[in-house]
Amino acid sequence: MALPDILFYVFAALTLLCGVLVIANPFSRNPVTSAMFLVLTIISMAGLFALLHAFFLAAVQVLVYAGAVMVLFLFVIMLLDLKEEERRRIKIFSLVAGLVSVGAILFIFTKALATAQPGKNLPAPTAEGATAILGKMLFTDYLLPFEIVSILLLVAMVGVILLSKKDLK
Amino acid sequence: MTHVGLEHYLIVSALLFALGLLGVITRRNLLVMYMSLELMLNSANLALVSFSRFNNNLNGQVMVFFIITVAAAEVAVGLALIVALYRKRQSAHVEDLTSMKL
Repeated sequence: MALPDILFYVFAALTLLCGVLVIANPFSRNPVTSAMFLVLTIISMAGLFALLHAFFLAAVQVLVYAGAVMVLFLFVIMLLDLKEEERRRIKIFSLVAGLVSVGAILFIFTKALATAQPGKNLPAPTAEGATAILGKMLFTDYLLPFEIVSILLLVAMVGVILLSKKDLK
Repeated sequence: MTHVGLEHYLIVSALLFALGLLGVITRRNLLVMYMSLELMLNSANLALVSFSRFNNNLNGQVMVFFIITVAAAEVAVGLALIVALYRKRQSAHVEDLTSMKL
């Protein structure tokens, strides 16, 4: 097995293991541990992106998700002081409902994967990364969405400032 | 063992999506539910990047870039809503937020 294949299995296992620990940690039900494991999930997912030669997206994933978004999450968790929430248990009914729906959606996914077989007769992927081409596309073909997204960020910022004012009307 | 291809990445993505869905349905803490939502969003990103890689088509990566940006904005707004809700109700638990229930 070549090195990228081994790395794929390592990163995939890390991603899934940390993903499990985000939603159901047997040792701690503190949201802070969930957030920390979500950081690990996102970082190992950035490793998968790098294996897929999406180096720019791997960097953005670490910077934006593991950096900015998770800091925001941790900040809010600390702000809310959720100590007494740890005691509550998961209800049997919601567990059953969750397992049923997850089984259904996994069945659909595997069925779709088996019938469509998207990996068949594909050309061999080119070796080089494509950050330069990605940047060029972002500023030519996708210029309008790019600008709209910047306006969206501005709107979100104004909205968040308004929402977090003390006397919310 | 076979060579790692598109299917391997898609299976990881599907499993991650299922994990996120399980978290949204079973956990009752608003913040953990929100983290599970992020997990689902990330699994969609992984699927898009792997399709883009194995089809030699960069449009998928541009799409993922936009998804990450929108997700950042969405997280900021959502967390501000949760904080505002907590100020009013002193709880971040979905079972305590049932005033719209029949």
